[in-house]
Amino acid sequence: MRDARGDVKRPIGLRLWLSGGWLTLLVLAAVSAPLIAPKDPLMQDLFLGRMPPFWMAGAEPGYLLGTDSLGRDVLSRILYGARLALIVALVAGTLTCIIGATLGLMAGYYRGWTDRVISRFVDIWMAFPPVLFAILLIAVLGPGLMSIIIAIVVIDWTRFARVIRAEAMSQGAMDYVASAQVAGRTRFGTMLTEILPNVLPTIVALLTLEMGIAVIVEAILSFVNLSISTDSPTWGGMIAEGRTSVHQAWWVLVFPLITLFLTVLSFSQLGEGLKDRFDPVLR
Amino acid sequence: MKSYLSIRNLNVRVKNGPVILRSVSLDVAAGQVHGLVGESGAGKSMIGKAVLGTLPRALEVTGGEIWLDGTDLLTLPPAERRRRIGATAALIPQDPLTALNPSKRIGPQITRRLVDILGWTKAEAQARALELLDEVHIPDPVRVMRSYPHELSGGMRQRILIASAFAAEPKLIIADEPTTALDVTVQKQILRLINEMQTRHGTALLFVTHDLGVVSKVCDTLSVLYAGKVVEDARMHRFFMRPIHPYSRALLAATPTYTDPTGSLTPVPETVISAVEEEVRLHDVRAGQ
Ligand SMILES: Nc1ncnc2c1ncn2[C@@H]1O[C@H](COP(=O)(O)OP(=O)(O)OP(=O)(O)O)[C@@H](O)[C@H]1O
Ligand SMILES: [Mg+2]
Repeated sequence: MRDARGDVKRPIGLRLWLSGGWLTLLVLAAVSAPLIAPKDPLMQDLFLGRMPPFWMAGAEPGYLLGTDSLGRDVLSRILYGARLALIVALVAGTLTCIIGATLGLMAGYYRGWTDRVISRFVDIWMAFPPVLFAILLIAVLGPGLMSIIIAIVVIDWTRFARVIRAEAMSQGAMDYVASAQVAGRTRFGTMLTEILPNVLPTIVALLTLEMGIAVIVEAILSFVNLSISTDSPTWGGMIAEGRTSVHQAWWVLVFPLITLFLTVLSFSQLGEGLKDRFDPVLR
Repeated sequence: MKSYLSIRNLNVRVKNGPVILRSVSLDVAAGQVHGLVGESGAGKSMIGKAVLGTLPRALEVTGGEIWLDGTDLLTLPPAERRRRIGATAALIPQDPLTALNPSKRIGPQITRRLVDILGWTKAEAQARALELLDEVHIPDPVRVMRSYPHELSGGMRQRILIASAFAAEPKLIIADEPTTALDVTVQKQILRLINEMQTRHGTALLFVTHDLGVVSKVCDTLSVLYAGKVVEDARMHRFFMRPIHPYSRALLAATPTYTDPTGSLTPVPETVISAVEEEVRLHDVRAGQ
């Protein structure tokens, strides 16, 4: 028998609160970085190199999380780094999602030759080793924001395509889809109004996961110096620099690493949380 | 009596694969209930799907005619065919679990048909949907309209699907084993409901089942399908008095209510069947005169 769940709003879970909270904070910080950053992230001061964070002996007032070997403020650099990380996450994630999900939906729902063409294309695409692919691409395009975004899209759209294809296929076999068609709806219309809402939770989960992945990829590429020009602060670049002086100044490495970790974790947790929340059957 | 649905020599096969329906012919007269029985895998559901134009993509119609209300559907262009089917036919599906879109509330799923097919306004459709839910004995229809499918029991969902099938006043309804997925106790109620709705609306009904007990209660005529072929096509009375095809006899013998109460289905060898098929045909020709 039916129960009363339909009308009761379920409280938002702790997982959604924490991950959503962290990401909101990060977005705010990124947007207002020029206002709230205590220092200029690029300003060097060799007399203030490797200053420890505020609670340690010998800390320099005004440099809350300490400075790196060139005397640049770690906190300010993390704040400015968030701008780049989030831009990459947003743009690359969205583009990957749109391309991959559209192709996957069409392949899974239309089947037939549409599916054969798209699936074959995905298979061939996936035969390339992804990291090699990315490095090659950036070597050709030259380092820069655009190249990173293109590299991420080019590598990751296949994941969306495959997962969404499988999902659309299983939804497409259900009777409610046939009923919609018996009611005189076109196949395209059925795809949009019947199938899409049911694969949406999966799309959302994949999208946020993809944003986390984009943050990592950007960090890795910065780490190997293939990202944006070296003087705009990036988390990956900071981690790369911090690694060389980890024994003298661990904070240069650890703070950006924690930020990166929390951000990627939040993206994936947000995705899972949203999926549970929007899936009508699990809800 | 005029046939509302008339299938003539319909052939369906898996593309580059086995034949699923061999020269199937059957008739459903306007306002009558025609039973379609046969064992699992015989092709019953595929007949329904061929009529409604929802065959799986792996299957194709390789020949025959499907006359619905005087038009051969197979000669119509796809868009016109969809429109025609939508306006005149509907389906009560086997599995109420997968027949409702899990991400939409019940209300829009019923009203959508009325808006799509009859061009009604949303308000008109909503009023009609409430009436229909009432007609299929759903308590608190307003609330049910706002529910999601997973919040309702199987029997409740099947009632909704029945309401939805009758919503646009179709002239033909195909019920594909509408009770097999339900509890035994609920089965009886649903069966009674379908019968009641069919009588009230005067709809022609193609009733797919493998339960002869059910057939004897609700159908006027019936076809027996065996391995993709119609092996017996008869009025109810004649069928139960004098079944001709060995498969029909086996089927009857396996139905507890008619012979021994413990009956089980004895397999019939293919050779016996083809030998008797000719006899069946001749008999029906004679009976038709
Ligand atoms: N998508 C498909 N591709 C290939 N063969 C199929 C497909 N769908 C069904 N078939 C075959 O068509 C035949 C008829 O299936 P159908 O579903 O019509 O049987 P049925 O009489 O309705 O059985 P049941 O009582 O189990 O519902 C079966 O042998 C099945 O294997
Ligand atoms: Mg079936």
